[in-house]
Amino acid sequence: MSDKFQFSRRDVLSHGGNIVAAGTLFSLLPTLASAAKTVTVGFIYVGPRQDFGWNQSHWDAARKVAKIKGIKVVEQENVPETAEVEKVMQSMIELDGAKVIFGTSFGYWKSIKKMAKKYPNVLFTHIGAIWKSGDPKNVIGYRGYTEEPHYLCGIAAGRMSKTGKIGFIGSKPLYFIYNNCNGFVLGARSIRPDLTCNVVLTGEWNNPVKEAETTNSLIDKGCDVIIANVDSPKVSVETCERRGVFSCGYHSDLSSLAPKGFLTGAEWNWASGAEFVRAFTTGKPYPNLKRGGFKDDMVGLSPFGAAVPQKVRDEILSAKQGFVDDKLKIYQGPLKDNKGNEILKAGQVISNTDIKFKLGVRFFVEGVAG
Amino acid sequence: MTDGGDLGWWGVLIAVMGGAIRVSTPYLFVSLGETLTEKGGRVNLGLEGILVMGAMSGYGTAVVTGEPWLGVIVAGCAGSALALLHGLICNLTRVNDIAVGISLFIFGTGLAFFLGKPFINPSAPRLPHLELGAWSSYPQVRSALEINALFIIGVVLAFVLAWGLKNMKWGLILRTVGDSTEAATALGYNVNWVRTMGTVAGGFLSGVGGSFLSLYYPGTWNEGLSSGQGLMAVALVIFARWNPIYCFYVSLLFGGATALGPALQTVGITSNYYLYGAAPYFLTLGLLIYSSSTKHSLAGAPGEVSISR
Repeated sequence: MSDKFQFSRRDVLSHGGNIVAAGTLFSLLPTLASAAKTVTVGFIYVGPRQDFGWNQSHWDAARKVAKIKGIKVVEQENVPETAEVEKVMQSMIELDGAKVIFGTSFGYWKSIKKMAKKYPNVLFTHIGAIWKSGDPKNVIGYRGYTEEPHYLCGIAAGRMSKTGKIGFIGSKPLYFIYNNCNGFVLGARSIRPDLTCNVVLTGEWNNPVKEAETTNSLIDKGCDVIIANVDSPKVSVETCERRGVFSCGYHSDLSSLAPKGFLTGAEWNWASGAEFVRAFTTGKPYPNLKRGGFKDDMVGLSPFGAAVPQKVRDEILSAKQGFVDDKLKIYQGPLKDNKGNEILKAGQVISNTDIKFKLGVRFFVEGVAG
Repeated sequence: MTDGGDLGWWGVLIAVMGGAIRVSTPYLFVSLGETLTEKGGRVNLGLEGILVMGAMSGYGTAVVTGEPWLGVIVAGCAGSALALLHGLICNLTRVNDIAVGISLFIFGTGLAFFLGKPFINPSAPRLPHLELGAWSSYPQVRSALEINALFIIGVVLAFVLAWGLKNMKWGLILRTVGDSTEAATALGYNVNWVRTMGTVAGGFLSGVGGSFLSLYYPGTWNEGLSSGQGLMAVALVIFARWNPIYCFYVSLLFGGATALGPALQTVGITSNYYLYGAAPYFLTLGLLIYSSSTKHSLAGAPGEVSISR
């Protein structure tokens, strides 16, 4: 009955946006020059931004980006990976005048490509680094090599473990979970070659009861350093603290949750995306695909916990420098997987930026039980 | 073999037992609450929303006041308030309690997410636990026997409710109302009032169950805290045959099933972990099919509950 008079939210947004834009052009001409100096950047999160995890790592980036002069940040949390995210992008672009959109969840990819075609003057970033030629030019995929900070966590674990058993909690069997786990174990075994690591996959990104249960069963098994690769390692880190074992963080800084047992943690540095904003707004060239580790300042290391002695800190920091100088490699031969198959011969070295190798990692290295 | 010793398959058994005790408490409280509600003749499918609301309000109270037990009480009251809403709406004629329950489920979770935003980051004090395993030299056993007072309260409550429903006046009234509206009206009871009270009591227990999630195990508040415990509890009540003591056993079974997957993976059985994760749900389906058979009737089913009408 009233269908004729109903506008969809999108229509209202887009027409409303046009009217606002037209209004701005005609009535605010004198202020236009100054308005052009401020660039609005939109951050879209899939969950709550203060989750001590994945979303917080992006919120950290948003706060860093917001400090850059001439940049204003708008944010929206809990945006599902559906058509909903397109509406959010549209409203950020049309109503807030956003020039750059950070889509911080893997499942936003299709929506990002769609909206990038619709708004060629807006830059979109995506965290999957799966851009390929043919995709819109105003899209950037970037992602850090978190296996490098995991290797450093492994060094801490190797030095601090008393039982010689460490634990890794993964979510799903994906290439970066394998790489992170391998980095963690190789780092630990570089210190203590007889060390073993128990791996448990929960099968879900976010299930606090299961994560707590998994952490408990790893501790019962004798593991005394645990790292959790789930959306929010908060539950796992807190459980470790309660049971009196060491923990490492992932995604963002979790040191405040475990003042006694926290060692260090593997972090992202999504704020490295600020360089794209600068390049895009000044008309300079930018890459469509960027992956990097410590060398490119795309990953980070959490502050050390009080339990970590200075000697170990120095050792970890010098290993970090090794990544920065590209001298330390994660995968080098001789290397076997945990079923005894040879992966690399003695002398064979995989470059830290060999993405083809890393994307194909479907094995756990020797020392991993399970 | 003391500190960090490897217990092998015994470790799995102990982990499952410990997990059963840790994970079962929310199931236990919510299913006891739903038993009360359904014994009065109504189904409250909104328990999931009440559970999440209880978890949030309990955590929030504990963060603000620093007193976790106060959080438990506030969680119960928040649960009662939501359940009262359910009860009052269902008192209107020709209102479907299932539909109200589903909308309450969505409303409760949405409200909890909205109000709970500021509490995702801070850490709340935890409920204390009793060290019943201090006699053992195995840390695994000690940790499995760290039992929270709420679990013990829940167990006692299960027996009290079972006895009370059979022998106390309120139990008889509640069951009469739940079995036959006509009979209860003829006896002069206010059917709507009794049912509303049954729902409110159920809501209180579900809220307390939620506070266990946020204040003890896993002991955090975020929007993915509940993985459907409130909904599962409704199914749990059906195959516990509306018997509070069976509710206790079935809750333990569910908790143990949740703990089985991680425990098996730590001893190296890594295949099919999705299947272990789904174990409680297989149990639910299997038991539902079993209990819906025409050969044996659902003993204990309240006559006025819409699923048995």
